[in-house]
Amino acid sequence: MKFYLEVWRQNGPDRAGKLEQYEANEIPAEASFLEMLDIVNEDLAKKGIEPIQFDSDCREGICGNCSLTINGVPHGIGRGTTCQLYMRKFRDGQIITIEPFRADAFPLERDLVVNRAAYDRIMQAGGFVSERAGSAPDANSVPIPKVVADQAMDAAACIGCGACAAACPNGSAMLFVSAKVTHLGLLPQGKPENDRRVLNMVRQMDAEGFGNCSNYYACEAVCPAGIPASVIAHMNRGFAFASIKESIGVTV
Amino acid sequence: MTDVFFAKKFTAGCLTEHSLAELMRTFTVMISAPSQSRSGPHPIFLWLLSSIGKKTIVALTGIVLLAFVAGHLAGNFTIYLGRDWLNWYAAHLQSLGPMLWIIRLFLLGVLVTHIFFTMLLWHENQAARPKKYIASDPVGTSVFARTMRLSGLVVLAFIIFHLAHFTVHLINPQFSHMEAMLDGHQVHDCYGMVVLGFSSLPVVIIYVVGLFLLTCHLSHGIGSLFQTLGLTNRRLHKMIELATRVIAWILYFGYISIPLSIITGIVK
Ligand code: HEM
Ligand code: SF4
Ligand code: FES
Repeated sequence: MKFYLEVWRQNGPDRAGKLEQYEANEIPAEASFLEMLDIVNEDLAKKGIEPIQFDSDCREGICGNCSLTINGVPHGIGRGTTCQLYMRKFRDGQIITIEPFRADAFPLERDLVVNRAAYDRIMQAGGFVSERAGSAPDANSVPIPKVVADQAMDAAACIGCGACAAACPNGSAMLFVSAKVTHLGLLPQGKPENDRRVLNMVRQMDAEGFGNCSNYYACEAVCPAGIPASVIAHMNRGFAFASIKESIGVTV
Repeated sequence: MTDVFFAKKFTAGCLTEHSLAELMRTFTVMISAPSQSRSGPHPIFLWLLSSIGKKTIVALTGIVLLAFVAGHLAGNFTIYLGRDWLNWYAAHLQSLGPMLWIIRLFLLGVLVTHIFFTMLLWHENQAARPKKYIASDPVGTSVFARTMRLSGLVVLAFIIFHLAHFTVHLINPQFSHMEAMLDGHQVHDCYGMVVLGFSSLPVVIIYVVGLFLLTCHLSHGIGSLFQTLGLTNRRLHKMIELATRVIAWILYFGYISIPLSIITGIVK
């Protein structure tokens, strides 16, 4: 297959960037999007052009390291990560625009690589269980209703890729943060720290410069892990209660 | 750390010597103090300055405005019961005296708060996403959600026009001098004023368009407030979205039925 690429090239964080045009020739339909870029990069290297920089790691849809906004959609069309997007999804001869994830809290480092450490700092602010929970308990020794377990597991599927903030017209990280708050907060090991967790994670999110949620639900539409936007409502509720408890001094 | 900071400031007793910029920095330190420390600012401020807190204010003021919009429609519907009913309703509202002014000021305050916080949120959101995508594709968002600021500002313009029209009588000063009899008393002829007001086609068009934008605003707004206040979940979400559209359109047809039935001569 053949594609006409328009790729964002930028030499460094403070440099001006622009879209450059490249041709992607002889691309197998079963190549993933990243493999297609590998082929293009080999081509560029032969021609003495600096290869396109982009992030990737596991290339099997679990690490959340790959990014890219493809034709305006983070991770491209359909649910899934960029490494799990295959070229057969595109038309032969199609023009494909590739831009970095855009959000003020994700500073651009080079070309298509952005720094998503802001998500790590939000995790450090409360996305954990302080007590050692030990090894996995025997099945059914800690009873958890199935609906609760399901909800927690659905939220736990978040791979921290950053597509939610990149898709949001407000650059808001609410889907990511609420996925973590919901996942940890619903289970007995995480419950004791619920109030502190939601207050600290939301404050860190705000401090990082992410935007406010306008309930656009673009995040939900692009999330490769299928996190539902209802986790945001869950976090909003938890944040309200935690704030009230904090005001009267009974936060746990 | 903040403790020491404040102790220094106040024992020195020279707040006036500090520049405004320094005061702002003090304020920033205050609001970013860790939540557990007792020396930090009151948690209410932390809440109010958080992204979710600001959103909550928008949602709460939105509920009040929505309640007003629904109640106002119920009152207006007395027009279909005849001249005496609408005039009776209008006279009753007027007879509230100072209470009427308290309600008006409250609603004005709520509206101003709503607009202030939405504009603040918008301003912050612009900064959070300074670079737009060149190939933009608004996946997952509705057109109503994306045009909240536009629809809201048109509604604001419409509210101002509506008040100038039927409350201040600026558009047609003749409205102030219309009188009718009700139970042997002379009262303001609200019914006659409305019928006269809506016999002008341009005015009817302004109402039909202005109210349409309100419907657009509410088509996102009602469902949105449930999400903001955390009053929804995965199962309820679809139902709430559907109910939102239904309520928004019921309000629309309810409101525009009045000018439309007047200009078509059904109500005279
Ligand atoms: C008059 C001028 C108005 C302006 C400029 C305005 C503006 C806005 C904007 C920009 C939002 C979106 C906020 C965000 O999600 O970031 C919003 C939300 C909302 N507005 Fe308005 N609005 C106005 C009037 C009204 C009126 C009259 C009503 C009710 C009848 C109303 C009800 C709502 C509701 C329910 C929301 C949703 C709150 C939420 O997202 O939780 N607004 N408004
Ligand atoms: S919520 Fe979804 S889009 Fe956001 S970081 Fe997690 S996996 Fe990625
Ligand atoms: S590279 Fe690991 S998820 Fe795509």
